[in-house]
Amino acid sequence: MKFAKKAVALVGAAAMATSMAACGSDSSTTATDTSSSDEKVTLSVWAWESTYTAAIKKFEEKYPNITIKLENVGTNTDEYTALDNAISAGSGAPDVAQIEYYALPQYAIKGNLLNIADKGASDYKDFYTPGTWSSVNYNDGIYGLPMDSGPMAFFYNKAVFDKAGIKEAPATWDEFYEDAKLIRKVDSYITSDSGDAGFYDSMVWQAGGTPFKTTGTDKVSINLTDDAGAKKFTELWQKMIDEDLIDTKTTGWTDEWNRGMNDGSIAGLLTGAWMPANLLSGAPDAAGDWRVAQLPQYSEGETANSENGGSSLAILSSTEKADAAYKFVDFMSHDRSSIDTRVEGGAFPADTETLEDSDFLSKTTLKNADGDEVDYFGGQKYNEVLAKAAENVTSGYQFLPFEIYARGIYGDTAGAAFTGKTTLAKGVESWQSKLKEYATQQGFTVE
Amino acid sequence: MVKTETSGGEVLGPPANLNRHRVDWRGWKFMWPFAVVFVFVFIVPILYAVYESFFQSRMVGGTVFAGLANYRRLFGDAQFWTSLRRVALFTVVQVPIMLALSALLALALDSLRLHGMKFFRVSTFMPYAVPAVVSALMWGFIYGAKYGMVASLNDWLGTSLDVLSPNTMLVAIGNIVTWEFTGYNMLIFYASLTTIPHSLYEAAAIDGAGEWQIVRRIKMPELRGSLAITVIFSIIGSFQLFNEPSVLQSMVPGNTITTYYTPNMYAYNLSFMGGQSNYAAAMAIVMAAITMVIAYAVQLRSMREQMR
Repeated sequence: MKFAKKAVALVGAAAMATSMAACGSDSSTTATDTSSSDEKVTLSVWAWESTYTAAIKKFEEKYPNITIKLENVGTNTDEYTALDNAISAGSGAPDVAQIEYYALPQYAIKGNLLNIADKGASDYKDFYTPGTWSSVNYNDGIYGLPMDSGPMAFFYNKAVFDKAGIKEAPATWDEFYEDAKLIRKVDSYITSDSGDAGFYDSMVWQAGGTPFKTTGTDKVSINLTDDAGAKKFTELWQKMIDEDLIDTKTTGWTDEWNRGMNDGSIAGLLTGAWMPANLLSGAPDAAGDWRVAQLPQYSEGETANSENGGSSLAILSSTEKADAAYKFVDFMSHDRSSIDTRVEGGAFPADTETLEDSDFLSKTTLKNADGDEVDYFGGQKYNEVLAKAAENVTSGYQFLPFEIYARGIYGDTAGAAFTGKTTLAKGVESWQSKLKEYATQQGFTVE
Repeated sequence: MVKTETSGGEVLGPPANLNRHRVDWRGWKFMWPFAVVFVFVFIVPILYAVYESFFQSRMVGGTVFAGLANYRRLFGDAQFWTSLRRVALFTVVQVPIMLALSALLALALDSLRLHGMKFFRVSTFMPYAVPAVVSALMWGFIYGAKYGMVASLNDWLGTSLDVLSPNTMLVAIGNIVTWEFTGYNMLIFYASLTTIPHSLYEAAAIDGAGEWQIVRRIKMPELRGSLAITVIFSIIGSFQLFNEPSVLQSMVPGNTITTYYTPNMYAYNLSFMGGQSNYAAAMAIVMAAITMVIAYAVQLRSMREQMR
């Protein structure tokens, strides 16, 4: 017995010693720049998007000397957590990472990302849609290249709308409000929201709001309570909550939410253009019933739109293979074969050329998991609507330099409005004061 | 040198005497493998956390020494105290219910009057073997007011129960935790009951004691010792409540489960979402101290009771 115990302890100690040794040797192995074209380079890439794999194969065919080690370390915030850990540990960070537009400023301001403006990226302005291009530009630098985009659109279940006696999708928010009442009468909700910060941001953006502004690297202004756009949306949404016109109990991306869309009890969705593939997998029984329309407007004749989601590929400033990394990012984002591969896989493009492509625009079906083409939108050329939505995205909206945290605590504060504990205006006000408090703690000058 | 001094002229003195003032390192020879591991995986991380808690790392300005600022902030942090009060309330309500249930189950098992004892024992223990994340997910589906089992119950009874609302959330979590750990605690109780020699029951029966008297006079006192252990485990467990609320967080609306729902969740979110791992370290240390004090107080009390 005694010997066994001692042996176990010894093995433990030995394991510790070796793992510590492994930690120590990590940083010294990649000291030289090995990105010249004739040498073999391996790039570490973190991404969660499923369409990357096929595009990476194409890249490796074109650049046989560059091997891509793709790792999925988690979806969005999970990846950011891993990224933060690796950055603060000073080792283990990838060369290239998929980062959503809203999170990009946060890494750019901390100096974690490489400014690729002088590597050729600055010539790409007209290649991408205005919304995505402005999202990768920050403080006169370019910190990533757009991979996909998510212009907002109104997805709705036409069967439910027909049942409620509504002939076409609402053009204005007033019509949206009236339609919501009719839809309530047939026991459905026009949409659901139980406190989604990303959605709130997009809606304020669409209403013309610019509540967040960053100047330089250390000044930030947070003005949700006085911002005209934020006010417009907050009032509209409060009315919808008060009169039980939106489903505040069903949380997005849960099983209940998918089922709600599947059986028509949630009859609409205000979300990004990347939604079709998710609708198909989440609400397969409703195939043929759904349609896409532009987002309703505050006054008739307007065409304002915003982005929701979408991500870029960014190069970490800690990389020692910057040239190879740029080749990779450039290929993935800018090369035709990569874009085509990813669009085929369900990504919504960020470049204007694809958005004008006739094959893309005339598509009426979606490919499901079995590879069958499903007529999900009842023969509608849905990409035509979504491409128009992308064109309508207004520029000028800025994310916070700590948007990840800001979105994380939206539920704590504004979320109370969705459980009837407070009003959305008051909730947003307390969100604002928490954000200001955090900004001050982080050393920003708050205006 | 020591040898000659102490032994003096007594050449035939006992050898044990020779080593009287010398530290005996023989024990340490056996100890060191453990001690090394213990120091590196236990002591060093704690010291590192204490060290970290004296700094503040900012997006603008980098890491600076902050002295006790993190601790001062903690004592004025309403969110922290809210979360602490929540787990305290949880402990006070959930732990007694769970332990009473466990004790009842253990007594029922021990009464030898149940059919299918083995099945009963295994099935009550089974939830403990299910990973907490999985069981939280499972209960999340059951609680669904639109499509879950709660929905079916509502249909059947004509009620409109919604367990996933802010007012009932803590009870819902308490139910999950009770479900998970009742079997585990039951097993501890049952183990101590099985140590009672049968002759004691026979003697009691001869003295004319009924079943209830046997339970009260023999079995219950025996449970006391294991009660102390289960109480301490349960208190520590509930103060560290994390898995269940953080899994359910993405399934419930609005602010039902906040990012500071429990102290552990608060520390986690501060650290991994807010980039404030220094403040989170201070919080972890204070929480450890609070938990230790409470556990120690409970232990002292139960020890005193056992002496009686």
